[in-house]
Amino acid sequence: MESTDYEDVVSAALEKHSNTEGGLLPILHEVQDALGYIPSDAVDIIGKSINRSRAEVHGVISFYHHFRNHKPGEHIIQVCRSEACQAMGANLVIENLKNKLEIDFHETTSDGKITLEPIYCLGHCACAPAVMVDGVPKAKISSDAMDGIVDELRVLKNDN
Amino acid sequence: MTTKIYIPRDSSAIGLGSDLVADQVSRVARSINQDVEIVRNGSRGLIWMEPLLEVETESGRTGFANVDTADVEDLVKSNFSETVMHAKSVGLVNEIPYLKNQERLCFARNGVTDPISIEDYIENGGFKGLSSALELDARSIVDIVTESGLRGRGGAAFPTGIKWNTVLNCQSDQKYIVCNADEGDSGTFSDRMTMEGDPFALIEGMTIAAFAVHATKGYLYLRSEYPHAEVIFNKALEVARDKGYLGENIRGGERSFDIELRRAAGAYICGEETSLLESLEGKRGLVRAKPPLPAISGLFGQPTVVNNVITFSSVPFILANGASAYKNYGMGRSTGTLPIQLAGNIKRGGLVEKAFGVTLNELLYDFGGGSASGRPIRTVQIGGPLGAYIPEKDFDLKLDYETFAAAGAMIGHGGIVVYDETVNMASMARFAMEFCALESCGKCTPCRIGSTRGMETIDKIISGENRFENAELIETLCDTMLHGSLCALGGMIPYPVMSAIKHFPEDFCLEPHATMVAA
Repeated sequence: MESTDYEDVVSAALEKHSNTEGGLLPILHEVQDALGYIPSDAVDIIGKSINRSRAEVHGVISFYHHFRNHKPGEHIIQVCRSEACQAMGANLVIENLKNKLEIDFHETTSDGKITLEPIYCLGHCACAPAVMVDGVPKAKISSDAMDGIVDELRVLKNDN
Repeated sequence: MTTKIYIPRDSSAIGLGSDLVADQVSRVARSINQDVEIVRNGSRGLIWMEPLLEVETESGRTGFANVDTADVEDLVKSNFSETVMHAKSVGLVNEIPYLKNQERLCFARNGVTDPISIEDYIENGGFKGLSSALELDARSIVDIVTESGLRGRGGAAFPTGIKWNTVLNCQSDQKYIVCNADEGDSGTFSDRMTMEGDPFALIEGMTIAAFAVHATKGYLYLRSEYPHAEVIFNKALEVARDKGYLGENIRGGERSFDIELRRAAGAYICGEETSLLESLEGKRGLVRAKPPLPAISGLFGQPTVVNNVITFSSVPFILANGASAYKNYGMGRSTGTLPIQLAGNIKRGGLVEKAFGVTLNELLYDFGGGSASGRPIRTVQIGGPLGAYIPEKDFDLKLDYETFAAAGAMIGHGGIVVYDETVNMASMARFAMEFCALESCGKCTPCRIGSTRGMETIDKIISGENRFENAELIETLCDTMLHGSLCALGGMIPYPVMSAIKHFPEDFCLEPHATMVAA
């Protein structure tokens, strides 16, 4: 979606949740689901519409790890850092992945293809280590398997 | 003749390839004109066997474990012959000892049924608890739950009946039922499996709770890390509404109740009940001081029942079979069963529902089969990131809230993370502090500042800087966090840290040890 369309997305989200009690999180989810992040200009519009200050809305966005204030890459790899995954070698997988992508967590590759994010438990603790690639879970992942996934993503166009 | 087969849609199974297997099965079946009906069931919890493909036969459902897309052609063309696919055949699924030796009350249907088929749910004993509740007044429901001895399965183990009674006794026009589905503890996935594999059980449990306290509105606060659970649970809500199990005048009675799913946003602290309520109100998830209790002044200031997924999904059995049927399981004040999750470095990882009283040894070796790596198990962490590390010498501990508390440990949400001998406990202790720093809501100083200072101090110990002085400092800091924090995050992170130092001082080079001499 083009960035100029963000106003439509935001007004649709606001309209949908105009009667939702405590509806700020649902509004923010709608916006991020559509755009991949919450544009800084949207913060003002949302705040005015629900009668809360820009600071308050910003405070909510920044409190939660899930919300992004920057446009992510075409693909998002979320890697679990939690204990069960660590017990099965997640740290090594993460190190190799960072080296392969040449980025750290919360960064996007220079070609804009892949964003890498840490995540704290996907609930696949009995088949660790686990990652989620564009929302699809992958369990019992090895460094080799991860390399293969990255190679595939690099040639793949995300239709989402 | 149509062959009915089951391939799980549980997200761990998907992570291991079940979606690909299901696609491949229908493709191959179509290509040879074989009549196959695929049911996407939940998982049985035998995660180490996933994808576990089951086939309905005259003698019962037989299984094929760890099915790969490469196996599918032979499987389908042989019409799922156990002889042809001998290597992957596991025989009758209900006879697998891992499953047969469990006491499944909460998880009786998981993996058996199609999670979004309400007919399947009813055929397999669903809504019997609700039927009983429809005949009872609120007070009687609360009394039955109190009598059962059910305690909160989220971690705090507070008696559920007492909580419900407080809400029932409050006078208010609006009361709420809130289900805490922010299952953030590493090593736990029983909530996820319930929502993905048997969502109607949770809906039934929440509805009974609503009847018990005169609540009309419920929220499921679901973590954003569980997108598959969100899809399935939302679908189940639609079906339940459509069939009159939610909404106005439930089942033709006088009571009304509905549930809204709210997606969380990746903050571990929002699993703490007051922080969760703030988040539901559209705010930062800052912990509230207690009192007032959420039961008296909870969501939007109204009396609110906040319970975990497993607490609610334990309730239908109790209403259907009576308090004493539930109480017959368990030991001491830990009545009933606990869905235990075997995770991390374990050969047979998965879900084991057992009555309280089972020992760690039984779970880790009889069920779990030892470590996945084949190396000796060195320690387990129970109860998530805030749980103590338990050394091997204590593996004879019985799972019971009081026994664990006496040993300085906790059962929490029943997740057991297993580590083999390659684990470095100093780095696990550091991770505990790092995690606390990352997830602290920032409201109270011991947690907000203490976690960062703790991380720095453990770094100093690891690098050998004034090791013994810094170890003393950590102890004092942990004492401050333990007693001075507002909630369990800052208040319990000392458990993994101090238990790591206490049981594994050699990893911190705090005792004369080969590695220290070498250094």
